[in-house]
Amino acid sequence: MELSNQSITSLRKQLTSGDICSADIIGSLADAIEKKDGEIGAYLSHDLDAAREAAKTADLSLPLGGIPIAIKDNINVKGQPCSCASRFLDGSYTSPYDATVISKLRAAGAILYGRTNMDEFAMGSTTENSALGDTRNPHDLTRAPGGSSGGSAAAVASRSAIAALGSDTGGSIRQPASYCGVVGLKPSYGRVSRYGLVAFASSLDQIGPITQNVEDSALLLNAISGRDAMDATSLDQPDTDFTQGLNDGVAGMKLGLPKEYFGDGIDPAVRHQVDESIKKLESAGAELVEISLPHTEYAVATYYIIAPAEASSNLSRFDGIRYGNRVENPNDIIDLYRRSREQGFGPEVKRRIILGTYVLSSGYYDAYYNKAQKVRGLIKRDFENAYQKVDAILSPVTPNVAPTIGADKDNPLQQYLADIFTISANLAGICGISVPCGKVASESGSQLPVGLQILGPHMGEQAILKVARAVESSD
Amino acid sequence: MSSERTEQIDVRYVAKLARIDLSEAECETFQEQLSAILGYIDTLKDLDLDTTDTEGLPAIDDNYLREDVSRPSLSQEDLLRNAPESAKGQVRVPKVVDA
Repeated sequence: MELSNQSITSLRKQLTSGDICSADIIGSLADAIEKKDGEIGAYLSHDLDAAREAAKTADLSLPLGGIPIAIKDNINVKGQPCSCASRFLDGSYTSPYDATVISKLRAAGAILYGRTNMDEFAMGSTTENSALGDTRNPHDLTRAPGGSSGGSAAAVASRSAIAALGSDTGGSIRQPASYCGVVGLKPSYGRVSRYGLVAFASSLDQIGPITQNVEDSALLLNAISGRDAMDATSLDQPDTDFTQGLNDGVAGMKLGLPKEYFGDGIDPAVRHQVDESIKKLESAGAELVEISLPHTEYAVATYYIIAPAEASSNLSRFDGIRYGNRVENPNDIIDLYRRSREQGFGPEVKRRIILGTYVLSSGYYDAYYNKAQKVRGLIKRDFENAYQKVDAILSPVTPNVAPTIGADKDNPLQQYLADIFTISANLAGICGISVPCGKVASESGSQLPVGLQILGPHMGEQAILKVARAVESSD
Repeated sequence: MSSERTEQIDVRYVAKLARIDLSEAECETFQEQLSAILGYIDTLKDLDLDTTDTEGLPAIDDNYLREDVSRPSLSQEDLLRNAPESAKGQVRVPKVVDA
């Protein structure tokens, strides 16, 4: 099998036994990118020559020694562009520092060679909000890969990346992973440092792995997790090897099925795949428990107050002063801000900044933002109560399969509503993983992937990785 | 059912607060789209938090502070490299004070 089609685990075995060298992997990857990325468009940039150089001195004794990892374009890698798929930063910002996850990947021996497409500033669910390129779903080129980490998911799905990092604020790792048929993990809030991730919503964002299989996901989580002095929201945590116990199976585990996640509005074909997958877990010895997450119906509204509010604050740094594309011949400083931002930001980004500014503005703060934070607390408590009864929670990832490119183009609200199953995990700060569980035939005959979502308690990644592995091995 | 919105968002005014110079066309489109979104968000109004038990709700986690000790950072050169205009080791901007 082509090296670029193989998982991290498989490649590491061959590297350490001396059957292959890192340069072989880079060579295979370069071929794959050349063959496939023209029509998929997963990458915004890459430097395979630099990767070949790095491969020469790869330290194979390190856990990810010699392995190339693709990086979503909102994570700072020193010396590389970091555009967040925005015209604001395109061609005018080169990272002067490494994000902590990048320093950790380097310390683990990984090679960082390429930057993947995304929705601009991580705002979107199809990667169509990228100002710098189009990405297509490798399973059906007329369809979107999902978003906002669509480039990372499409690269891994098409095997033009071995593995990648993405970021998840409302589902942006799990949903594209589901649409593209790969594994996507959103760690618990505080599990992974956000230092060097361009912030969208600081109380919701997490960086996480997008991989071909569950074991690779655990390997990457090992590499990137940990308390970081540069991110005060990252948490003290015991040194854990997330690959331990991966194959222990689900016998004796209690798995919750929240009734609010299994109602109407789910594509029956998607629902069928999810149900079949859940049945297999029961056959494997898990006990299914019906539970309720009563504040689910308020989750999307709560998110679309809190996230834009935080975004409006975080994106105020894009003012054209210290970095980014500055408008020519401004009349004065205010004109410089207003026109640089007008020219630099795409419509969805502007929409969310305006929405966020509004809900935080005088006279509206209590009615919207304050109230949303209280509802957020209720959602978090729903999960804490549930985890008194169950070890993990199962649900669909999305109510549909990957949408066609251009669907709901002028209807942002419709796009927001599809986030219903992923969004609560970010509000509650818990961990969640999407693992492929089947495929649905489209009208055109393409086979569209479906993901099963497994949600775990805060810092409960070991449980959800174990369940995900059980799903994977039951196929 | 969510209640009728009594106030419309003034997109032009909010865009001014957010320092974004929206075009007329954008103001119109966003007015419509944001009104729809706010209409949906108003479902939170149905939730009566006065009768809901909000006692002891899990809060956003504590602040972790570090010692107030300075330590090396990026160099001035590193940081100015991305500046659209710079001179004499500083970022150059239009005049901000009418003196």
